Parts: sequence; C-alpha cells; structure tokens
Amino acid sequence: MDLSPIRLSLEVSVAATAVVTLLGTLVAGWRVRRRGVIFELLDGVFLLPLVLPPTVVGFLLLLMLGRASPIGEFIYQLGLRLVFSWNAAVIAAAVTTFPLMYMTARAALEQVDASLAEAARTLGAGEGRIFREILLPLAWPGLAAGMVLTFARALGDFGATLILAGNIPGRTQTLPLAIFFAVEAGDTQEAVRWSLVTVAISLAALGALNLWTRHRTGLAMRVVQQD
Amino acid sequence: MEFHAEFAAQRGQFALEMRLRTSGARVGILGESGAGKSMTLRAVAGLLKPASGRIAMGGRALFDSSGGVNLPARERQVGYVFQQYALFPHRTVAQNAAFGLAHLTATERDARLRPLLKRMHLDGMEGRYPGQLSGGQQQRVALARALAIEPQILLLDEPLSALDFHVRALVEKELLDTLAAFRGVTLYVSHNLEEVYRLCDEILVLARGRVLAFGAKDEIFLHPPTAEVARLTACKNISRARALDGMVEALDWGLRLRLGRTDARAQFVGIRANHVTFADAPGGENVFPCSVVESTETPFRRTVYLRLDDAPDSGWHLQAEVWKDRWEELKNRPAPWHVRLDPSRLFVTLA
Repeated sequence: MDLSPIRLSLEVSVAATAVVTLLGTLVAGWRVRRRGVIFELLDGVFLLPLVLPPTVVGFLLLLMLGRASPIGEFIYQLGLRLVFSWNAAVIAAAVTTFPLMYMTARAALEQVDASLAEAARTLGAGEGRIFREILLPLAWPGLAAGMVLTFARALGDFGATLILAGNIPGRTQTLPLAIFFAVEAGDTQEAVRWSLVTVAISLAALGALNLWTRHRTGLAMRVVQQD
Repeated sequence: MEFHAEFAAQRGQFALEMRLRTSGARVGILGESGAGKSMTLRAVAGLLKPASGRIAMGGRALFDSSGGVNLPARERQVGYVFQQYALFPHRTVAQNAAFGLAHLTATERDARLRPLLKRMHLDGMEGRYPGQLSGGQQQRVALARALAIEPQILLLDEPLSALDFHVRALVEKELLDTLAAFRGVTLYVSHNLEEVYRLCDEILVLARGRVLAFGAKDEIFLHPPTAEVARLTACKNISRARALDGMVEALDWGLRLRLGRTDARAQFVGIRANHVTFADAPGGENVFPCSVVESTETPFRRTVYLRLDDAPDSGWHLQAEVWKDRWEELKNRPAPWHVRLDPSRLFVTLA
C-alpha cells in the first residue's frame, strides 16, 4: 500500500506550520500596537485568505506564480519550480493558514501588558530583546494554540492545494486529495482508511495541545501552592 | 547637578506644558488624575516624544528639539517605577532586578545586585516569582530593578497607590529611606498631598497640563501663589477678598482681617483648617464670634464646620481641624464660640 499521502500531508503541514508560525508571529509582532488606517487595510490583506474560498486563493496564487505572470516567469528563470510541486503544496497550505496564525499571535501579543515592554525599554533593552525575552515567553500559550490550529488547517487544505499543486501521487497528493480521488474512483474502502488516518492525526494534535496546556496549568498551580 | 525639563507635549486633545528646573533631590508632582503627571514622567523617560523643548540632566541632554537630540528610552539611564510595578511575571526576583544589567559579566552583576537586594530586604527571595510576593515586596523589587542601572534620575509613578492601606505607612517609611540614600533627582508623582509632603523637598502643582506652582514644599503650603493651588493643596478655607486700609476684607466671610504679610492686589484670602484656632474670650486680633454647624471625626482629629455670625449668607464658612483632646475641652462651651485666625497663618493670593 502506498503511504505517500500520509507522509506528504505530514511534511507539507509541518513545513507550512513552521513557515507560518515564524512569519505570522513576526508580522503580528510588528503590527501590534500600531494604529492607523493603513494598518487596518493591511489587516484586510492579511486576513483575505481566511474569507476567500480556498479554490479562489489557489487560483490567484496560480495566476501569480505561474509562468504567465512576470513574477512566475522570474522565478522560473531562477530555476525554481513553484507550481505543481511539493513547494506549491506548502505555499498553498501556508497562504490559507497564515490568517489563523496571524490573528492568534496578534491577540496573544496584545494581551501582554504594554508597560512590561516600556519597563524593559527604560532598563536598556532593544526591541529585539524585548520581543525575545518578554513578549514571546508571555504570549507563548496563545502562540502554541495558534500553531495547533495552523497545523490542523494545513492538514485539511484541499482546494488551494489542488489548484496550485495539482494531484500528483507521490509528489503533491496529500490526504484530502487522496480521499477525494478515492471517492471519485469509487474506492470507498481507501477513502475511509485515509479519513480515519486524518482524524487520528488531528486528534493527536489537539491532544498534544491539551496535555501541554494542562502541564502549564499544573505548573502554575504548584507555584501558587508554594506560596 | 541641575535637572531641567522644559517642554511641550501633545497627546490627542491634551496638551502638557512642563516647566521644571531643579537641583533639589526630591520633587513631588502633585495633581489630580488627568493633570499630566504620568505624561511628564513618560516624556522624561523617553516613552513619549515632546513636540518641543529640552530635557537635560547636568550637561547631558536627553531631549532637545533645537539640537535635534532625542535619546531612545534604552539609552537614557532613567529609573522608572511604574504604578502597577510592571514586573516581568515569568522572571524571578533576581532576574527582574538584573534585567537592566545584561551588559555586565555575571560576576559584576552579582557584585552590584547582592548589596542592593540586601538593602531592599529582598535577600532570600531571589528565586521567587512576582506572583508569589506581597504588594510591598513587589514594590521593592520594582525599585531595586530601577536602581540597579544606577540612574541619575528616578521616576516614581504613584508607587504606593497599589498597596493596601495598612501596609502603606510601613512601605512609605522604607521608601523614604531608599530615596534619602539615592544620589540624583527623584520625580515623585502622586495625587496624595500628605504622601508628597512627607517624601519630597519640592512640590510642583500640575492641573490641566499646566504648572500652577513650583517651589519648596513649605513655601507652597504656607503661601500658595493662587487660590487654585491653595485648593489643590487641600486648603479648606478660601474667600474672595480685597485690600482695605492695610487690612484685608474677606467678602465671603464678612470679616476684616489683619495679616502678617499682605498685598494691595489681593484677590483671595485663605487659611488652612489645622491653623484655625479658638480664643477663650471675645476681643483680640482676628477673633470673631461663630457657632458650630456640625462636626465629623477621624481617628485622631475632629473637623468642625463653623458659621460666622457676621457672614453675609447662612450655611458654614470655615472648617477647623482640632485634635481630639482639644475638642474634649471645647465641646461643652456655651455659644457663641470665638474663632481666631492667626495673622501669620493667613495668606492672600493675587489670582
């Protein structure tokens, strides 16, 4: 039996989660506590993939990155294959999940008391150190929740992946695609198998978050009881 | 060393006009909420950029709009104790206190922190987290963290207001000791008059973003420059006034008063409630018949509301504050009582 959809789904989701966690957190960190119409408009752009149908996101990406566009042609000249490739699957998953990570990270960073950063500033800390040593650790529970959401959503992407990466078994056929084409081919057994695998992976991700949160709460409880 | 903060700052509709120049040790910034007190500290610390002006310590400019100087907060070396202390909750007492010393080696850090934590009675608590400390201990950590960077300017924003009432007096005493040992300029923001009086040498009165008065604390209390400053520094008895034949006529009280120090341009006359006394008999300088309208008590004192017999309207005109034992002597006296307004305690203001 070909297990490549499982391997591909895990690879693509992990890669997309890594990219989106980094980008989403950095962009949220930059955006936090900035006010103005320009930033509101920018938020609209950042959140667009969340409200658009994934097929539209995939199609727009295809137009943008395909050889018909100047960007696509430039990338092609560099020798990179972005569409209909493993990279494309990661890009599709990353773009559709970015809003989730961005929103969660922004909320998590915004709930950190602003006077902590100000205190750090008066104590000689630069913005980078404040982000690493104050904001990130204090926003960490929210960021972790965002990562799990991102991973789960990346695992489930169908429309954008299909359009941008295609359905190439062994290269871009992730679990949702494998399920769709199994159903279409009338192979219910295989579709059920892949569905159960998807359920198991998603549950494992949620379980990991739960365990981790309980661990944190447990630590906090112990701290209070010591007092 | 002279500290110098003369600047204009704007935030939304609110404009702050600061004029402060001192070589004193501890300046209390007094004002109601929204007067611009915290904004003043934020501008000095570099957390808010003034529109124009100059902030300098000794010869070192922190901000100078004409010279294009605006040091970022991290380079100002200004110790800032925030109202809610802003301790880093995920760091221990020792890590909090050491946060501003990242540029030192571990040995140097230790050498600087150990005596400081001991002095602040924090030794033995180095490994605790802020959430495990009492309010008073948190305040000491915040103070230690600010002092660790050896600042020339120390800013305190209502450092006692987050504390329970019963620990406040004790923490205030410790704070006074710490501030007395600090070599540099302290700006102490509070809306609590008595706290500022006890902890500071000079007082700056701020209202609606304007400096109404600045000077030695006794000068501000005994001779407030305006009726508003008198009111803001808790003077309870103020009357409209005009000068008359070397005396002062208090229009709201219907009295002619003799003053130790007066001015022909007097607009208001006032006296503090604790300076109002009672004579045993009629006659004598500034002694007037009156009756008690009501009185309220605090643990040690009694506030007496007096109606002056010669006043143009009814109601009460003067507030007197007397110690409880004095009140015991006074309270059974028959009416009328005779209030005495000491000429050396009365003051006039020109606005």
